[in-house]
Amino acid sequence: MDLSAINPTLLLASLIVASTPILLAAIGELVVERAGVLNLGVEGMMITGAICGFAIAVNTGSPFVGFVAAALGGAVLALLFGFLTQFALANQVASGLALTLFGLGLSALLGQGYQGIKPPPTRALDIPVLSDLPIVGPILFSHDLMVYLALALVAAVWAMLKYTRLGLILRAVGENHDAAHALGYKVVRVRLLAILFGGACAGLGGAYLSLVRVPQWTEGMTAGYGWIALALVVFASWKAGRVLLGAWLFGGISVLQLNLQPTGIPIPAEYLSMSPYLITILVLVIMSGDKSRAPGSLGRMFHASE
Amino acid sequence: MTKPLLSIEGLTKAYPGVVANEDVSFDIHPGEVHALLGENGAGKSTLVKMIYGLVKPDSGTMHLHGKPYSPTEPSDARRHGVAMVFQHFSLFDALTVAENVALGMETPPTMRTLAARIRDVSETYGLPLDPGRTVGDLSAGERQRVEIIRCLLQDPRLLIMDEPTSVLTPQEVAILFETLRKLTSEGVAILYISHKLEEIRTLCDRATVLRRGRNVGTCDPAQTTAQAMAEMMVGSAFASPAKRDTAPGRPRLTLDALGVRAPSAFGTSLKDVSLTLHAGEILGIGGVAGNGQDELLAALSGELLVPADALRLDDSPIGRLPPQARRDLGLFSAPEERLGHAAAPDMSLTENTLLTGTARQDLSQRGFLDWPRARGFAEKVIGAFDVRTPGPETAARALSGGNLQKFVIGREMAHDPEVLVVNQPTWGVDAAAAAFIRQALMDLAARGAAILVISQDLDELMQISDRFAALNAGRLSDIHPTADLSTEQVGLMMGGAHDMEVAHV
Amino acid sequence: MLTLERRPQPSRTWSAVAPVLAVVITMIAGGAMFAALGQDPVEAIRTIFWEPLFGEFASYYRPQLLVKAAPLILIAIGLALGFRANIWNIGAEGQYIIGALTGAGVGLAFYPAESMLIFPLMVLAGALGGWAWAMIPGLLKVRFGTNEILVSLMLVYVAEQLLAKMALGLLRNPEGRGFPGSRNLRDYPSAHNAELFANTGIHWGVVAALIAVIFAYILLTRHVLGFHIRLAGQAPRAARFAGVAPARLTLICLGLSGALAGLAGLFEVAGPAGQVSIDFNVGYGFTAIIVAFLGRLHPVGILLAGLLMALTYIGGETAESNLGLPAAAIQMFQGMLLFFLLAVDMLTHFRLRWKTAEVA
Repeated sequence: MDLSAINPTLLLASLIVASTPILLAAIGELVVERAGVLNLGVEGMMITGAICGFAIAVNTGSPFVGFVAAALGGAVLALLFGFLTQFALANQVASGLALTLFGLGLSALLGQGYQGIKPPPTRALDIPVLSDLPIVGPILFSHDLMVYLALALVAAVWAMLKYTRLGLILRAVGENHDAAHALGYKVVRVRLLAILFGGACAGLGGAYLSLVRVPQWTEGMTAGYGWIALALVVFASWKAGRVLLGAWLFGGISVLQLNLQPTGIPIPAEYLSMSPYLITILVLVIMSGDKSRAPGSLGRMFHASE
Repeated sequence: MTKPLLSIEGLTKAYPGVVANEDVSFDIHPGEVHALLGENGAGKSTLVKMIYGLVKPDSGTMHLHGKPYSPTEPSDARRHGVAMVFQHFSLFDALTVAENVALGMETPPTMRTLAARIRDVSETYGLPLDPGRTVGDLSAGERQRVEIIRCLLQDPRLLIMDEPTSVLTPQEVAILFETLRKLTSEGVAILYISHKLEEIRTLCDRATVLRRGRNVGTCDPAQTTAQAMAEMMVGSAFASPAKRDTAPGRPRLTLDALGVRAPSAFGTSLKDVSLTLHAGEILGIGGVAGNGQDELLAALSGELLVPADALRLDDSPIGRLPPQARRDLGLFSAPEERLGHAAAPDMSLTENTLLTGTARQDLSQRGFLDWPRARGFAEKVIGAFDVRTPGPETAARALSGGNLQKFVIGREMAHDPEVLVVNQPTWGVDAAAAAFIRQALMDLAARGAAILVISQDLDELMQISDRFAALNAGRLSDIHPTADLSTEQVGLMMGGAHDMEVAHV
Repeated sequence: MLTLERRPQPSRTWSAVAPVLAVVITMIAGGAMFAALGQDPVEAIRTIFWEPLFGEFASYYRPQLLVKAAPLILIAIGLALGFRANIWNIGAEGQYIIGALTGAGVGLAFYPAESMLIFPLMVLAGALGGWAWAMIPGLLKVRFGTNEILVSLMLVYVAEQLLAKMALGLLRNPEGRGFPGSRNLRDYPSAHNAELFANTGIHWGVVAALIAVIFAYILLTRHVLGFHIRLAGQAPRAARFAGVAPARLTLICLGLSGALAGLAGLFEVAGPAGQVSIDFNVGYGFTAIIVAFLGRLHPVGILLAGLLMALTYIGGETAESNLGLPAAAIQMFQGMLLFFLLAVDMLTHFRLRWKTAEVA
C-alpha cells in the first residue's frame, strides 16, 4: 500500500471538479422540489445533457455551445415531464421513471458514433496572481468557468429563495398549492418554470461529466449520479447551502476511492466503487429522521377544480 | 340609502351537471355587514369566488363604485379593493406570519417594514400577532388573524369573510365582531358568509339568502326570526331531534390519563385526557379545530397506539390493540375526513364496506373476500340510511358530501357498535342529512350504545349530548351535564379555563 | 379552450383502451424515429412486430417470446403489487442480480455432486437472495423512514459491483483459464434450468411466471391482503383507519417483489445465460417497470405487456441484424411507450372538453 501517491492538493482540486456535476443537478432538483414537484428523471435529463453537450461540442468545436445545447436538451426533456405531470396530471413517480428510462434510450441512440472521441477541451481559467498561489491556487482558482458558474448558481438559488418575491412565491406553491391558487398564483406556470430550470441544470451537470470530468462519451456514463443528486436534496433538507456541502462530500468520496484504487490498499476495487452508493444510503438513513423540512405539497397532484 | 359599493346583477355560473348560481342579484353598501346565507352547496362559495376573481361567471354583470367590474384574477380584485378571508386553504404552515401576509399583497414592502406594519395594524384592531412566528405553530384563532391582517394591510373597501367563526371560541368571536364593527365604522363593507343564524342576527345589517344557487330573498336579520331565516335557507321546516330521557348505564370505555404525541409536525399532542363513557349516553367533545380532535379519534380508533392501560373497554386494556382488534370488541369509529380517511374515494361503496366490516359482518373467510356478502351489506347500509346513489358499485367520490357521510356513519352503525366514536358527524352536510344523522346517533344511544361525539358545532353538541367537555391544546376540560351549561361556560371550557368556579369570580 | 374535467369515477373503458392506444401512438412515433434514422419505417415496424410472430421463422420465435417475457413478467408482477400500494421498488435489477448470485452460488457449491434436490435448493436460494436484497430498503424505510426509491436504486449499483467481484473472484470458474465468469451451469445437469420442451427454450421460469400471474390475480381480486394493498395505495389514511399496518405492508410488498426478481435472476442465470458473468443481466429489472405500468399493474395486463415487450426485444434483435437498426433505438422505443401511456392515461381519470371562451 502506498498512500504517498495521493497528492492532497490535487485531491482537493479534483474534488471540486468531481462534485460539480452532482452539484448542478442537485441545485436544479432542489428548486423543482421546493416548487412541490418530485422529478425522478434527473438521471435521464443528465445523460441526455451529457450526449447533447458532447455531440454539439464535438461538431462545433466549442464546449460553450455544447453546454448551452446540454442545458436546452435537459430542459426539453424536462418539458415532457412537465407536460405529463402538470397537464396530463400523471403520477410524478411514474413520469420521473419514464423520463429516466426514455433519457437513457435517447442518449444511447444519439450517442451512436460518438464513442471513443475526445471532445474539444474546456479550458481552465488562468486568473492572474490567484491561480499562481501555492495550494490555494490549484484548489480554488484554476478551474474552468463551469465550476464557478455552478457555485454562483448555488448562491443565486439561495438568495432567490431567501430574499426575493419569486422565491417566496416558489416556496408558497411548493408548500401549499391550494392556498397559492386561492391567492391567485399560477401554480402550474411556476412549477413548469421550476421544472425547466431543473432540467437545464441537470443537462449542464451531465455535459460537465462528458466534456470535462471524464471527458468522453460512453453509454450510461452518468452511472447513478442523477439519483445521488436526488438523495443530496434530501440530505440538504431542501436548503441550497447544504447541497454544496453534500456535493463536496460525494465528490470527495468518489475522488478518494478512485485515488485509493491504484495504491494497493487491501480493499478490492469493486468495493471501493460501491462506496459512493453505500454512503448515499447511509446519509439517507441519517437524514430521514427529519422529514419536517420537506415542502408540504411535494409530489402531490394539483388540479384547479375551481 | 347610500350608493351601492358593489352591485351584482344576474350572475350565473354552471358546472357540468349542476348550476352553482342562477341569476343572482343583490347590492352591498359601504359600511354594512351583509350576510350571505345558505346551506352547504347552496352556491355561496361560487358566488364569492366570482367576486374575488377566482371563477368567471357564465353571464351577468358586476359594478364596483358604479363602474363595470369583472376581475380576471384575485390580484385584479385586490387592486380594486376587494379582499377575502378564507375559511381554510390559504395559509402556508411552514412560512412565517410576515411571509404569509406578503403573499397576499400586490406590492409588499420589505420584510422589515412589513413586520412593523403588521404590528401596527394588529394593535389598532386588537388582533395581537407576532410577524416572525411560523404559521404552523399558531392556533386557529391566530391563523385567522393572519388572514384578516393580510386583508387589512391593503385598505380594502370590501372584505369577504367565509365562515370566519367556525374556528373560534365564543370569546374570540366577540373580539372578531368588535374588529368588524370598527371596520364598518370606517366605511368598509363586509360580505359575511355563514350558516349560523344567531351570529348573523347579532352582527349583520342585511342578509341575502341563497338556496340551490338562487337568491330567495334579502331580509333584515335583526327583524327576522332565526326560524324564518332557516326556512328561507332550507325551503321547508325540519323537526329537530327529540330530546330523550337519559339513564346512564354501566361504564364502557375509560380513558385514563391518556397522552398521545402528535404524529405530525403541526399536530396537537393529547395530554392527560381522562373520561368515562357510559352505555346509553352521548358524550359531546367540543373545541376549536386543531386542539387534539384528530389525535383523540386516532387514539380511540387504533390508528395511534397508546399505553395499554390508558384505554380500557369494559376494564380490559385495549391501548395497544390495532384498529381491527378493537372493532372485534365492538368499538367503532368514524373520522372527520370522509374522502380519503373514512372512505377510499376511488373505491366502490361495496369495497368501502371492507374497511371496517370484514370481521363483524363475515365479509371474509380465512382471508378470502366474500364479494356478494359485501355487496349485500353495502345495500343494507344504503337502504337503512337513505343514501342517494345509483348503487353499491358507485365510487365513494361520486356521492355528495351528505350522502357519503350517511354511508360512512351508517356503515359503522350497522355493525351494532357497543361503543361508537365519531368526529364531526355532520360537517359539510346539508341540513336534512345532518338532522337524519343526529337522530340516528340518538336512536343508537337509546338502544344502549355508548357514543362519543367530537364536533366543532356547539349547537349540535348541545342538542344531542348528555354531557359535554371541551378540548383545548390537547387537554380535556371537566365534564358537565349539558343541561346545566350556559354559552359563557361553554366558551370558557373551550378557551381552556379548567376550573369554572375561578372563572366565575 | 381545452379543459380537463375530473370523471366522477375512473373510466373502465379508457383504462383498457389507453395501453392499446399508447402502443399505436408509439408505433407511429417510433416509425418516424426509424425514418429519421434512414430506415423504411413500415419495414422496421413490420420486422419488429410482425416477423417474430408470423414471419418465416415464427415457429422458432414464438416460444422465445415466452422465454424473454418470463423474467419481465415475474419481476413486473412483484413490482406491480408494490406500486399499487405506493411502495416504489425501483431496484429490481439489483434484486435480480443478487438472486442470480445466491442461486448460482448454491448450485456451484455442490459441484460436481448430482442430486434432484440441487435445483430446488437453488430456486429457494435465488428467491431468498432477492428477498434479502429488497429487505434492505424495506427495513430502512420501516425503521428510519428512508426513501425506498433511492435506496433500492443505489443498491442496483452496489449489486452490479458485487456481480463483477463475484464473476472475477469467488464464483469464477477454476478451470476457466483465468477468464471471468463462473462455470457454465449448462454443463452441470443438477443445476441446469433445462428446457421443458425440446427445442422451445421454455424453462421453469416460464412456468413460474404463469403461476405468479395467477397467484397475483387471486391475491388482488379475492384476498384481504390484495385489498389492503390496493387500499393503501389509493387512500393511505383510510388504510390505516381500516387497520392496515403500513410497515408490515411495506415489508410484504418489497419482500415479494424482491423474491420474484431474485427468482427471475436465478432462472435466467441457470438457464438462458448459463453462467454468472459481468453482463449476464440485460436490464430486465428496469424494463419490467415499463411492463408493470403498461399492464395497468394488473396481472393479466402484465402478462400481455410482458409478451409485447418481449416482442420488441426479439423483433429488435432481428431488426438489428437484418436492417442494421441500432439496439439503442429499441431501448428508446420502450421508453417512449411508457411516456405515451402516461399521457394517454389521463383520459382514464379525466374527460377532455372543449369550452367556448368564457364571458368575463
